[in-house]
Amino acid sequence: MLEVSGLSKSFGGLAAVNQVNISVDEGRIISLIGPNGAGKTTLFAMVAGFLKPDAGTVTFEGHDITGQKPHRICAHGVVRTFQVTQPFATLSTLENIMVGAYHRTANRHLAEEQARAVADQVGMGALLEQAAEGLTVAGRKRLELARALATGPKLLLLDEVMAGLNPAEIDDIVRVIKGIRDSGVTIFLIEHVMKAVVNLSDFTYVLNDGVLIAEGTPSEIAADANVIEAYLGHGAAERMSGDGAAHA
Amino acid sequence: MNALQNKTTLLVVAGLVASALVPVVIVNKFYIDILTLILFSAFLGQSWNILGGYAGQFSFGGVIFFGTGAYASSILLTTFGIPPLIGIFAAIAAGALTGAFIGFISFRYGLRGSYFALITLAFSEVFRTIANSVEFTGGGVGIFIKHAPGLANLQFIHPAGYYYMALGMVIISLAIAWWLERSRFGAQLIAIRENEDAAEALGVDAFKCKMYAIMITGAMGGAAGTFYAQKYLYIDPPISYSIGTSVEMLLVTIVGGMGTIFGPLIGAFVLHIVNEVARHFIDTPGLSLIVYGVILIAIIGYLPNGLIGLFKRRKKPDKETSDA
Amino acid sequence: MNISMMPAAVINGLMFGAIYALVALGLTLIYGVLHIINFAHGAMLMLALYATFYLFKFAGIDPYVALIFVVPGSYVFGYSIYRWGIGKLSHGKDQNILLITLGLSIVFENAAQFFFSADQQTINLSYSYESIDLGFVFLSLPKVISFFASLVICLLLWVLMATTDLGKAIRAVAKERKGARLVGINVENIFAITYGIGIACLGAAGCLLLPSFYVDPFTGNIFVIIAFTIVVLGGMGSIVGALVGGFIIGVTESLGGLFLGESLGQIGISLIFILILVFRPTGLFGAKQ
Repeated sequence: MLEVSGLSKSFGGLAAVNQVNISVDEGRIISLIGPNGAGKTTLFAMVAGFLKPDAGTVTFEGHDITGQKPHRICAHGVVRTFQVTQPFATLSTLENIMVGAYHRTANRHLAEEQARAVADQVGMGALLEQAAEGLTVAGRKRLELARALATGPKLLLLDEVMAGLNPAEIDDIVRVIKGIRDSGVTIFLIEHVMKAVVNLSDFTYVLNDGVLIAEGTPSEIAADANVIEAYLGHGAAERMSGDGAAHA
Repeated sequence: MNALQNKTTLLVVAGLVASALVPVVIVNKFYIDILTLILFSAFLGQSWNILGGYAGQFSFGGVIFFGTGAYASSILLTTFGIPPLIGIFAAIAAGALTGAFIGFISFRYGLRGSYFALITLAFSEVFRTIANSVEFTGGGVGIFIKHAPGLANLQFIHPAGYYYMALGMVIISLAIAWWLERSRFGAQLIAIRENEDAAEALGVDAFKCKMYAIMITGAMGGAAGTFYAQKYLYIDPPISYSIGTSVEMLLVTIVGGMGTIFGPLIGAFVLHIVNEVARHFIDTPGLSLIVYGVILIAIIGYLPNGLIGLFKRRKKPDKETSDA
Repeated sequence: MNISMMPAAVINGLMFGAIYALVALGLTLIYGVLHIINFAHGAMLMLALYATFYLFKFAGIDPYVALIFVVPGSYVFGYSIYRWGIGKLSHGKDQNILLITLGLSIVFENAAQFFFSADQQTINLSYSYESIDLGFVFLSLPKVISFFASLVICLLLWVLMATTDLGKAIRAVAKERKGARLVGINVENIFAITYGIGIACLGAAGCLLLPSFYVDPFTGNIFVIIAFTIVVLGGMGSIVGALVGGFIIGVTESLGGLFLGESLGQIGISLIFILILVFRPTGLFGAKQ
């Protein structure tokens, strides 16, 4: 569904993303992990149209969407959430989600209906009348998700939607995301919370210093020496295998 | 229709009837004229409100549309004999086109916030200078309009005529704002105001929406220009492109409440009352403007939602530390 | 209008350019550190001009001597305005600051009209009409003094920024606000100080400008666009840019007036402003955002 090919971006001589190739199949949940500063959000930004790549292409359902403006990419069916939440502060939760819903319909009543439905799906039904700026972190993350979902996307790009959530909230969101996938939306997510990555992903890509260092199923990744080194430092893989089998 | 909607409809109808009866009840021409000016101010304010209050793009050049519209209908009248009743549509078109021109240059190149305000300021200077230097606008001399009362001329013998015209324009402007608040377009403008990037991510074409908004602002400004020209029968570059008008447009809206339907109207009332009171005590030019400036600062500092904010009890969140 | 008048126009443009640079310097400093666009800049220059004017009229103080009073006075004025006005009322939001400085300019301009009347005022010094003969052009003495004084003040400012601890603190805040806070710099105080310095530049510019110019309540408006054009031309936050930009604009205005006449010449500046904002908003020396 989504093909990222040779995607690269440099900032002032430093390669933030370097010749990355990623494939996201329809109906799957694909995750992108890697240490901080690896270039994950930069990659997302390029896919969603917020940054122009220096090289490479992004293809969605056969269409070349490289470098298009975000609203056009949204029209193709690709929507992203932001790592640092970006609510429409003075609007209520419902009004926030409606902005997303308006992407599908021009009718206010339909948009409102759609927004309410999405809010229920995501578990925000009780918060609809509240001003967005008053929401907790968990609430805002959910709002990001709900807003994006309301646009009726085919592919959802979730950027660290679980950052700042406690374990119970994480379990909740994982369930919600699975529900979203079951309803027919493909999901591509950036995450640090390994529990969620393992629970959710069908396939995982690992990015470090702008380069893909590994790809595979979560369990394959967890055992990959390169990945372990990227997170825990040079020599860590050896040390761990010396102590026994590495745990997921 | 539920009870609330019934009540609102009743209030609206009552308001319309009351405002229509004003010239009948208040016979004093002086007061009718003041009310007319308030309505005119409110109309201009509402035009600024569309781009500034709802879409969040603060322009300091609203007068450009006013002046261009005034020139458009006045030139059509004095040079081609086209009556203002028709000319006003040309003014509306001229305003909208000017809006599109300025909007294209500004938005295409991503100018936001203070940069946008600055460029509109620069444009108003450019327009003023051109109007001052070019033949067909009458240059520095300006354009005199013949006094010839009649509907086709949009000139009225009795001040009530101007009152009703201004009232009609305000009602239309209120309707536009009302429509905006219930439409997809309005929701998109507000989204752009709150967070343009997030709006784009959700499929909102920010450039297109801002262009439409500035064109509506321009169209309304243009109409106001014709009204002014036909009331005061004289326009020149300083009148047509004065920064003071741009400031008044945003002032009445901010004082009343940006991004609200009645904000500009309330602001216009309050500021004109302040003006009259100030003039009553000390009749020196500039005093009321000093007060206006102080009010602007005070509103921003203590009542950022304007006077309407006093009525709307919104749940205030904790103040976050701001990284400006 | 013949070409032989060009060198004189250029020289005159440079003379004014130095003062323009001083005005722009204050603006670019304020923007570079506080990231705010001071709409009240023109109005405050007007106040400085009036201060200089009245010091001359009532106390007989020569404008160049008045620098001693007006510059510190402007600093205090600017510091206070920020500390107890802008800083407090804006709640940190960009568009609020825009409107508050706009409000200030309205108050200042109209207060000036109210108290000082709308008449244009000029001063006549004993040496106002003396000039220096360069052969191809006569340079009016006040303009020459102002020119060199401006350069000296710009130099002093540069020294302040480059060598003193205060200067380093200011530059730190300009570059990395949060980091500066973390190392113990009182950022809010630096903001107020910087704003004060910016207005002090206006104080100086007022003293240097009055002998060759005039003052009325709306003089500020002329300088607003000029100052902003210089700042965006030179690059927001760049001191060198303000200086270079000041000269470029001064000469442009002079030549524009020569070839296009007073009225149309003004348009040149606004057009330059628009073009730069559109095509190269970072200016000649500004950092690429």
